Parts: sequence; C-alpha cells; structure tokens
Amino acid sequence: MDIKEIIRPDNLVYKRTPLLTDATLSYCPGCGHGTIHRLIMEVVEEMGIQSETIGIAPVGCSVLAYEFMDIDMSQAAHGRAPAVATGIKRLWEDKFVFTYQGDGDLAAIGTGETIHACNRGENITIFFVNNGIYGMTGGQMAPTTLEGMKSSTSPYGRNNKTMGPPIKITEMIAPLPGVHYVTRQAVHKPGPVRKSKKAIRKAFEVQKEKKGLSFIEFVSNCNSGWKMTPNDSNIWMEEHMFPFYPMGDIKVDGKLVK
Amino acid sequence: MKELALMKGNEAIAEAAIRAGVDGYFGYPITPQSEVMEYLMLQKPEERTGMVVLQAESEVASINMVYGAAGTGKKVMTSSSSPGISLMQEGISYIAGAELPCLIVNVVRGGPGLGTIQPSQADYFQSTKGGGHGDYRLIVLAPASVQEMADYVDLGFELAFKYRNPALILTDGLIGQMMEKVELPAQKERTNKFDQSWVITGKTEDRERNIITSLNLVADLQYEHNLKLQEKYKKMEEDVMFEKIECDDAEFLLIAYGSSARICQKVVEIARGRGKKIGLLRPQTLFPFPTVAISKLARRVKGMMSVELSAGQMVEDVKLAVNGKVPVYHYGMLGGKIHSPEDVLSEVEDKFLGGY
Repeated sequence: MDIKEIIRPDNLVYKRTPLLTDATLSYCPGCGHGTIHRLIMEVVEEMGIQSETIGIAPVGCSVLAYEFMDIDMSQAAHGRAPAVATGIKRLWEDKFVFTYQGDGDLAAIGTGETIHACNRGENITIFFVNNGIYGMTGGQMAPTTLEGMKSSTSPYGRNNKTMGPPIKITEMIAPLPGVHYVTRQAVHKPGPVRKSKKAIRKAFEVQKEKKGLSFIEFVSNCNSGWKMTPNDSNIWMEEHMFPFYPMGDIKVDGKLVK
Repeated sequence: MKELALMKGNEAIAEAAIRAGVDGYFGYPITPQSEVMEYLMLQKPEERTGMVVLQAESEVASINMVYGAAGTGKKVMTSSSSPGISLMQEGISYIAGAELPCLIVNVVRGGPGLGTIQPSQADYFQSTKGGGHGDYRLIVLAPASVQEMADYVDLGFELAFKYRNPALILTDGLIGQMMEKVELPAQKERTNKFDQSWVITGKTEDRERNIITSLNLVADLQYEHNLKLQEKYKKMEEDVMFEKIECDDAEFLLIAYGSSARICQKVVEIARGRGKKIGLLRPQTLFPFPTVAISKLARRVKGMMSVELSAGQMVEDVKLAVNGKVPVYHYGMLGGKIHSPEDVLSEVEDKFLGGY
C-alpha cells in the first residue's frame, strides 16, 4: 500500500488539539511540560470551555505557557499564581481558572499563597509540575529535590541536615477542608498519560460543580537539569522520584484516600 | 439632596469605594489603615452592590489578587500602610508593567522599618518615583481632607482606567484617622464603560486570545514597551491638579501636600493676619507634579519652602521646577512627629522675613 493511500482524512485517529498554538515549544526535548500542556488543552477542548477558561502562568519554565495555550492567560509573579487566580475567580465565579506552577514556584517562594488558597477552598484548579529542580534558571536545588540529589546549588548532593529535607507539599495541603480533589500523576508513558488526562478532566468537573479546590501534582522529569538523556531521566524518575512521591489519588470527593 | 456624614478619612475611602461601584477589595490589616477593611466588612458590600471584599494572607497576596482581577477589567483596589506597601512593590511593578488599572491606598506611617504608627510623608519618593523595580510611575493623588479622601477614590479609578495604570492615594494616619464632615458621592452602578478589548475573561471565537504579562524576553520589544510607557507618563501631565491659596500677590511660597498642607493653610492665615505676603501651593497630584505652575511662580516670588513630614523629599521636585531661580528651603518633622503652624511660621520668619 502506498503511503499516500494511508495518510487520508478518513484514516485520522488522532490529531493535535487546535487549542495548542503553532508556536514551537520552548521546552527541552524529552521534557514532560509539552505533554501536560497538551492534555490540559485537550480537556478544555473536549469540555467546550475555551471561552470560559483563564490560565495563570507564573515564573518558571512554563512562564511562556501562554505562547502555547490558545486561551486567555495571565502571567504572574514568582509564587503568586494562587493569589492571582483567587482575584480572578472571586469576581468571575462561573469561569474556569487554573494555575500551572513548578515546584520552586508552588512549594518554595509561593508556599504561603498555595496553603492559603487551598485553605480558603478557592474553587480553582492547581496544576503542579514537580521535577525536583529549578529548570529555567539552570538546575538549582528545589524544595522537592531528593536527598543526595545533585544540582548546581547542591553540587555534592542535597544534605537533609543542612539544606532541609524535600517537602511533600501535596500531602500537606490535602487534609485542608477546602481542598476537594488531590492526586499525583505522571506523563512519561502512555498509561500514566491516560490516567493524567482523566485526572485533569475530574479536576475541571470538580470546579464546574463548585466543590472546592482541585490539585494535581505531576511528577515529571528534567533531563537537562538532571543531566541525563530523556529515557534515562524517565527511568531515574521511576526508580527514585516515585518511591518518595508515590503515584495515585490522595484525596477524592473531599475524603483522604487511605 | 446632599448626603452628609461625619467620618474618619479611612472610613470615607471605604464608603466611597462601595459608592464608586468598586468590584473587589483585597487587603491585609495594618495600622493606621485597618478601618478601611473593617468598615467594608461591616457594611456587607456583597449585599449593597455585590462588591467582593477579601482579607488576604499577606500584602503580597492582596496585591496579586488585585493584579489578577484587574486583568479581567474589574474595578479593584487595596489599601495598606508603609511597611505593607513596601511588601507590595513587586506586584505594583508587575501591574504597571502589564498596564493594568487599579487603586492602591497608602495611609503612611513613620519609618524606616517597622517605624511608628504616627503620621508621616516619608513615602513620597517610593510613591512618586516608581517604588518597585523598573522605569514606571504611578498616578499619585494627595488628599488633604476627609472630603478629598472620598472624592479621590472615584477620581483615582477614572485616571487609572484612562491611562491603564495603577493610581495611588497617598495619605497618612492624620487624614486617615481624623473625623470630618463629608458629602458622600452618589451610588454608581458596578459597570465599566471603558475599552474591554484587552481583558482576560475567556477567549471567544471572534477574537485572538488576550494575555496579561509584563514579560518581554526580546530587548528591542521591551525597549519599545518602555518608550510607550514613558509617553503615557508624559501625557499624564494634562491631569495635573493643584490648589493655590493666597498665591496671587505672594512674595514667599509654601509648597505642601496632604496633612502638611492643612497645617500650612493655618500658617498662611496667621502670616496674612500679620501682613506678611505668604502663599501656599498645594499639589493634589504628586505625579504628575505641578512643575509648570511652580516654575511660573518662581519668576515672581522671592523664595519657596517645601514643608513636609519627611527629611525633605518633595523639595527635590520643587527645586527641579524652580531650577535655581529663587532659593528653595525644606522644613519638616520626621518619624511620626507633626509640626505646628508656629513651628513652620518661625522657620518662615527665619528664612524669608528676616528683612521685614
């Protein structure tokens, strides 16, 4: 069979969502950000809520997320996305508002905003991409960097005694009464990608039903920052990140999963 | 019919905010401005007009809530006092960079650091020269009475939306805590009639997506953006506001704003009673500054004195306006202490009236 006979509209089984722009992704090849962007935009497309969705992109690798997502978006100062989202959502109760934050943004400089937005039960969705490193600024130690893990500011490995241990902020915010849905996912393989998409859909449904805050942590790789090939970084992530940041639901329907 | 009330300056700001049709207030308690949010909460503005009032976890959070909501085209504001305003500076810089309209109220207290809760005008530099990082300016309004506290809320929003720029009411604990008669403005609808083409409320099919950002990684584009901002700040000069008191035949001029201007009004009154030709120019906008008016007056007066509750901040702008034509002095109290009319008068006599 000739290739031209195969590439025909009626044979199409998958295509890129039109809600991703034509701009070339600024992320390193192998990084999980692109996949997470795609999944969020697919869900927004499938739910038909593009005209009601507002995204917040604070400082980090994803600061330029608005270049790739074809929705109204606001950039935000480092760590302040949950406050920015609060300001929007309080005045636009029926809009879908989400933040897209990295680990440094959400779990270090923005800890206060994260905890208080969660505690108030702001009816927003927080997407938290945890790759255990500051990617944008060149691979410095993050609040979620594992013990012993090397970075440019922990060149001999993270020392828990002097640098403090990695923080599990997702487990910290989960018990807060205003938080309705918390889950931890990954996007390094087709299986996890499918689970992640379901989680994103659930998070937006929770917001639609005005049930409170939904929070998805994506444990992701940073092959550049970790100084590995994309494949090695995914293997390393499974072997080291997943035991410390275990996959799965943490809180569903307002109840902690035991 | 006129609606009169006896109110504190801080309460007047809160009441005027509800009546101006403000959509949202985000704040954090700090003396001497806590009455603003206390009054708002007590008034149940969510019932009166649908206005949202939220106590944030910090000034950093409240200014970023303002940033978020302002990007959706809503009328939003915050208030604080000096240390809290310092915390907000990053957010204010982002708001100025992204060209968002909003209102910020600074009820100034004595500094530096935690300082004191007494009135001060030591935040003049921070308010009029930018305050946070980058080349930007705020529209700065300086009320000298409880009436102006109420009036400048609506005026602040009018200017903020005209220029898509944050406006700041710069006042202090004296005006904020003082009770005076105030004629309350009429209740406005919570609607905005300005251009909404840039706001983020969800991308519809009839337009491109809107983005609120102050980020420009390409230096050429950031350069162009800066030039555009500077042009805007230049254009603000057409909205300069000031009051001239006994200036027409004055030989010596006091320049003072806010609470210090109230004191200087008394100084002029006493001096005139003694036959001394003293006048007062009171800037009502500190940015734009009444440079042209002061420059013109410098051609015919013998000297000027900037009277401030600071070590001498506005005096620099007065000197720039006067440009060496006549002597310019500064007189002021520091750290929360307030000068009396007699203090100022004695300094005026010493500097200007020695030859009488």
